[in-house]
Amino acid sequence: MEKTKGKVIGIVSNLVMVKTEGPVAQNEICYIRLDKVELMAEVIKITGDTAYVQVFESTRGLKVGCEVVFEGQMLEATLGPGLLSSNYDGLQNNLATMEGVFLKRGCYTAPLDDAKKWDFTPLAKPGDKVKAGHWLGEVKEGWLPHKIMVPFKFKGEYTVKEISPAGSYTIHERMAVLTDAKGEDHEVTMVQKWPVKVAISCYKEKPRPFKVLETGVRVIDTFNPIAEGGTGFIPGPFGSGKTVLQHAISKQANVDVILMAACGERANEVVEIFAEFPLLVDPRTGRSLMERTTIICNTSNMPVAAREASVYTAMTIGEYYRSMGLRVLLLADSTSRWAQALREMSNRLEELPGPDAFPMDLPAIISNFYARAGFVYLDNGATGSITFIGTVSPAGGNLKEPVTEGTKKAARCFYALSQSRADSKRYPAIDPIDSYSKYLEYPEIIESLDRQLGETWVPLVNEGKNFVLRGKEAYEQINILGDDGVPVSYHDRYWKSELIDFVILQQDAFDKTDSLCPMERQKYMFEKVMSICHKEREFDTFTECVDFYKKLINFFRQMNYCQFQDEKFKSYEQQVDALVAEQEG
Amino acid sequence: MNNKAFQRVYTHLDAVTKATVTVKAQGASNDELAMVGDRLAQVVKIEGDRVTLQVFSGTEGLATNVEVAFTGHVPGLKVSEDLAGRFFDAYGHPIDGGAEVEGEWREIGGPSVNPMKRKQPSQIIPTGIAGIDLNNTLVSGQKIPFFADPDQPYNQVMCMVALRAKVDKIILGGMGLTNDDYLFFRKSFENAGALDKIICFVNTTENPPVERLLIPDMALTAAEYFAVDKNEKVLVLLTDMTLYADALSIVSNRMDQIPSKDSMPGSLYSDLAKIYEKAAELPSGGSITILAVTTLSGGDITHAVPDNTGYITEGQLFLRNDSDVNKVIVDPFRSLSRLKQLVIGKQTREDHPQVMNAAVRLYADAANAKTKLENGFELSDYDERALAFAKDYSANILAIDINIDTTEMLDRIWRMFARYFTQTEVAIKQELMDKYWPQTK
Repeated sequence: MEKTKGKVIGIVSNLVMVKTEGPVAQNEICYIRLDKVELMAEVIKITGDTAYVQVFESTRGLKVGCEVVFEGQMLEATLGPGLLSSNYDGLQNNLATMEGVFLKRGCYTAPLDDAKKWDFTPLAKPGDKVKAGHWLGEVKEGWLPHKIMVPFKFKGEYTVKEISPAGSYTIHERMAVLTDAKGEDHEVTMVQKWPVKVAISCYKEKPRPFKVLETGVRVIDTFNPIAEGGTGFIPGPFGSGKTVLQHAISKQANVDVILMAACGERANEVVEIFAEFPLLVDPRTGRSLMERTTIICNTSNMPVAAREASVYTAMTIGEYYRSMGLRVLLLADSTSRWAQALREMSNRLEELPGPDAFPMDLPAIISNFYARAGFVYLDNGATGSITFIGTVSPAGGNLKEPVTEGTKKAARCFYALSQSRADSKRYPAIDPIDSYSKYLEYPEIIESLDRQLGETWVPLVNEGKNFVLRGKEAYEQINILGDDGVPVSYHDRYWKSELIDFVILQQDAFDKTDSLCPMERQKYMFEKVMSICHKEREFDTFTECVDFYKKLINFFRQMNYCQFQDEKFKSYEQQVDALVAEQEG
Repeated sequence: MNNKAFQRVYTHLDAVTKATVTVKAQGASNDELAMVGDRLAQVVKIEGDRVTLQVFSGTEGLATNVEVAFTGHVPGLKVSEDLAGRFFDAYGHPIDGGAEVEGEWREIGGPSVNPMKRKQPSQIIPTGIAGIDLNNTLVSGQKIPFFADPDQPYNQVMCMVALRAKVDKIILGGMGLTNDDYLFFRKSFENAGALDKIICFVNTTENPPVERLLIPDMALTAAEYFAVDKNEKVLVLLTDMTLYADALSIVSNRMDQIPSKDSMPGSLYSDLAKIYEKAAELPSGGSITILAVTTLSGGDITHAVPDNTGYITEGQLFLRNDSDVNKVIVDPFRSLSRLKQLVIGKQTREDHPQVMNAAVRLYADAANAKTKLENGFELSDYDERALAFAKDYSANILAIDINIDTTEMLDRIWRMFARYFTQTEVAIKQELMDKYWPQTK
């Protein structure tokens, strides 16, 4: 088919107007020729024969009359073995293979290595009936079985005509021939493409999430757990520890694949991942963390339109791995930058603005995106999941802004980072009272927690939350009436909440031992703390009360820094017990 | 700039606003420079044959029959070693009476560093100011602003930091500097005998505001030349970024863009990020570190400019006047250096992180005690000691007139710990207390 051509007729920053000479589609990709380079752009509006395109690069030097060629397809991700441990920009250009220190305009690199050979094992045999997403064979990518699937774009049922025998192949070799219902043959390689803005739905069923995903972060796992295949978001003002928290989750979460979309954030933060992840060992497999990680990185100084694309690229790669029956964790930092990219464009298009000049359909765009996460049953009975956690950077730390509000409607877990907790260095600064996990109300989740941690667990967690709330109320009274103006029991109540705060809620992300707290340990510590909180304690004066809890907190914190159940841990535990016994007299 | 024979010249303005003119012209390219009469202008919008130009020095007195000549190139700067020791205006023309600098022409506002090619920042930049070195350590390749009210001595502090920092070049980008402040910088650099490593691009309040938009890119293009080509350590000072943002809003306003929060353009975040993200630790050994100033109004950090800045930069430094000791201090609560984790306890003594945290925690206890006192409650013995510690700490550690090395800072704090507190109250790792706790009070 002949490609549609066009000519530039107007330029406002990275929005370019193109007079087209044929049919164009919304979201179609085109290339604008400027001297020796070609600039990639996407159609975002069409009026008459004028297409409005957002350019993924700087438009400096562009002139009226520059030639444009439309590609006849939307922005697509390239999917195949080799995605893991790669570092891409928002358009899936491989950053590692780019030349020079600077990102040159119009320099596009292939996402996958064409020359690398992969050891293929067939899973299907000639005569099998297959549909899009079904597994034809597998290769080993790191330690993960990477399935070679019937391309998602294939519609209807196909018969496997030929399949390559076990052996070593490059990604572009023919791995299988499939015959469609009309008798036509189609070749399949290890690579397929998929438009990033369309959800991949090659699965049988998407049930409600029913399992808790362990992250090793106490305030999440114990207080507000996220489900495997669930969604959550972390809003917080700058400096409240969003990124540190996301990194902690990514290092420890019990999943197969980690995708990090660094969307419009600081480049040095990405450099930190580049530097750290290859050295970190996945506690569950003993392999380097980088082997199961793909980074999509479109930092704040990279072109704005590609920033918007980056989260979709990441989600598409996630859906690809989910279709292989793997557990994927997708982290996006930060979705506010993505929303701002939408705002910049909507602004240039001179659309009527919604709240804070964001586009009117922002909440719909956000919920559509969050809806792509989830736990699925594949046609062959295997399961896969995408757990999605986004951060939100609310302007001025005000949670009543459009991105936070739009996200609140879409995400099931809300981890509010509080400025006052961050100021007093109580990290992670997740507010124990404002935050919530809707999953704690799911009967499926409660059932699974009952099985894993016993039926007393969920009630105990709810009680713990209540202690924290009551402690806060007591603290307000103490502040108003003074230390001596309230009964000593108010101090007791307040310090019980401090005990929970210091021992359970706070966690040192920079300490090797404390940063990763397995569920078994969380249960042990939380039950121990709660057993102390449960007793009404008698003190003669409030200073006696304060001293008791301060000492207690110190011993407990030392326990957190020790290996679980080692000698030192036990000796601190004995000191806790002795102190409590002494107090109870 | 002389008109040349092949230049395209147009003589009819279609529209004039306070900051822009529109002319019917062919073949103009985006971002291209043009001369409108004798004023420099830049293409900001093209619609068919209607080209809108932003006139840097304003449009006062421009007639519709003024000559518009397109230059065919984007804004740039000639770079060479000769830049050192010189003072320029926003266009890169000398304002120190010297000759034009010859060198290789580079476009300003060029592409960004591939994040994979960056190195992780790992070198401390000591300043001698404990409020910075101890609590909010500056790291090469970092970008960090002072958040300060207009009445605070931020330019003085910044100048002091720059002169004490061990770097190869200091590049000052002054935006909307008062002439007095400009002369202050010039004098300080001269007095310090540091002129050979200084380069200044200055837009004073006497110059038109839109010219400011060129300053950061000029300063950073020079910085990239020294850091990338010459592998030098470059410190860039940008003051005041709030006035830069104001200029952005003036232009977007004249172009009828829909304003977002606080009348700032919707692209403010990206605009600021493009500047700040030029800070980098480069693979070849050079680095660009950015120290900026964002002035606040009444300490309000939720305003769009400081708010967006905070999300971009790697921390912020707050100055505050501590009336208890009558000195300007670096506020330990609101200041933050995100990169300090990369150097403290590694390039400085092992006890640095723990001592820093303990001191800030005890200082916070003092703040609580102060609140109690103000509310008329009785103070405990601990409260009294915390208050005494806070005074000492504020005057001898946090004050900006301190100039000592980090080891001395740490020793000083250990002595304060021993003077005012018991080991249980200080509560840091026992091994460190055994090693550093002063033997006699």
